[in-house]
Amino acid sequence: MSWINNTLSSSIGRKIIMAITGLFLCSFLVVHLIGNFQLFKGDGGLAFNTYSHFMSTNPMIRVAEIILVAGFAFHIYEAVVLTRRNQAARGNQKYVVSHIEQNSDWKSRNMGILGSVILVFLIVHLYNFYYRYHYEPLPFDSQNNKNLYAVVMTSFQTWWYVALYVLAQIALCYHLLHGFASGFQTLGLNHRKYTPVIKAVGYAFSIIVCAGFAAMPLYFFIFKS
Amino acid sequence: MAGSNPNAKPMNLTLKVWRQKNRNTNGQIVDYQVRDISPDMSFLEMLDVLNEDLLRKGDEPVAFDHDCREGICGSCNLFINGRAHGPEAGTTTCQLHMRKFSDGDTITIEPWRANAFPVNKDLSVDRSAFDRIIQAGGYVSVNTGGAPDGNEIPIPKEIADRAFEAATCIACGACVASCKNSSAMLFVSAKVSQLALLPQGNVERKTRVENMVAQMDKEGFGACSNIGSCAAECPVGISLENIAILNREFLSAKATSNNLA
Repeated sequence: MSWINNTLSSSIGRKIIMAITGLFLCSFLVVHLIGNFQLFKGDGGLAFNTYSHFMSTNPMIRVAEIILVAGFAFHIYEAVVLTRRNQAARGNQKYVVSHIEQNSDWKSRNMGILGSVILVFLIVHLYNFYYRYHYEPLPFDSQNNKNLYAVVMTSFQTWWYVALYVLAQIALCYHLLHGFASGFQTLGLNHRKYTPVIKAVGYAFSIIVCAGFAAMPLYFFIFKS
Repeated sequence: MAGSNPNAKPMNLTLKVWRQKNRNTNGQIVDYQVRDISPDMSFLEMLDVLNEDLLRKGDEPVAFDHDCREGICGSCNLFINGRAHGPEAGTTTCQLHMRKFSDGDTITIEPWRANAFPVNKDLSVDRSAFDRIIQAGGYVSVNTGGAPDGNEIPIPKEIADRAFEAATCIACGACVASCKNSSAMLFVSAKVSQLALLPQGNVERKTRVENMVAQMDKEGFGACSNIGSCAAECPVGISLENIAILNREFLSAKATSNNLA
């Protein structure tokens, strides 16, 4: 089976793993965003808490969670391997004068930095909601579900927490503005009929998803505190 | 000078040139002044003037690669003011003219920087890594014997045009030089897609892409991040679509070839 190993450890193989995991994580963002829109329902969080209970107890969702974690793990691992390889490829002597900004976008050159900001956010985010939901005693709502909505509300009334979330969503937006279309290109899906559509959808996707996520902390900070 | 513009005023320039004795020593930027440079000169002719000055003073001239000086051989490869082949798009260094600069300008000139392109001396780099990639698969098998009829194998015009576009790659290495990852994928993709598009390339289609990508990785070039610097700086305008073709050729070859290694 060395051919599989050779394929996946080649430069193109690693990029293909980046693309597949990246686009898979995009699909996760859609599910996560739609589910969390229930925060805006104005029912004191009952629907959101019911949804949270389902998401953390349904066995199918738990299996999906493992796949999701694997998606993040491979995406981050390949990013580190590729970044190190790409930096080594330049050699010890860098350009004395470089004007790479004249031929490429800042966001596409800084996917690693943007990804690192998202990773820091992810760790804080997982601690605050995932860890506390599963491993800390939480109050219950009137339907006897753990009241995650209350945790969301108190978190999003803290200004620095809101600032971190909004910053992370800006980073995610720039990450996706390059990453979405780039994933298709890496998979070889470049065609003069479809590539302009993929690029347009990628732009709309990045902005809508990130604006949607950023709206949640801002909504609680502005209207609920 | 024949064909020169009589109104063009000669320029005085400050050059910051990378000087390096050989690949085992460290180089550095050295400042030079050149005077009375005609705006009609090519960039390489301006360097010829510098070298004549240096020779007259008994100094070592600046080594740089050049051959045809008409934009087709891919030998001249200078990183000028932070850009591969200088500020003008779609141009090799030899076709860049001094009228693109102004009197009193400071121009920084460096060699291509990539681990796979070690510096021979000054501005000249060793690009034999590209030769080894071509040797790994950038060829087609043809029958010996009489010359085949020109239209024996019908090829649709559109396919022929796309293959020709890819074939215009002159292997100058500007893609590697301008890529932040020193990736050679635009070069390799041009060669792979040129031959993948044409029926003549079908015999080695799978082994070609497998072997060329393996050699590319072995030479230590980086991976593509779809930044687009390469296509923006390519003097002949090889497009990023070729990299997508390379990726799917690679994927389908790996999935279907009989090569178990």
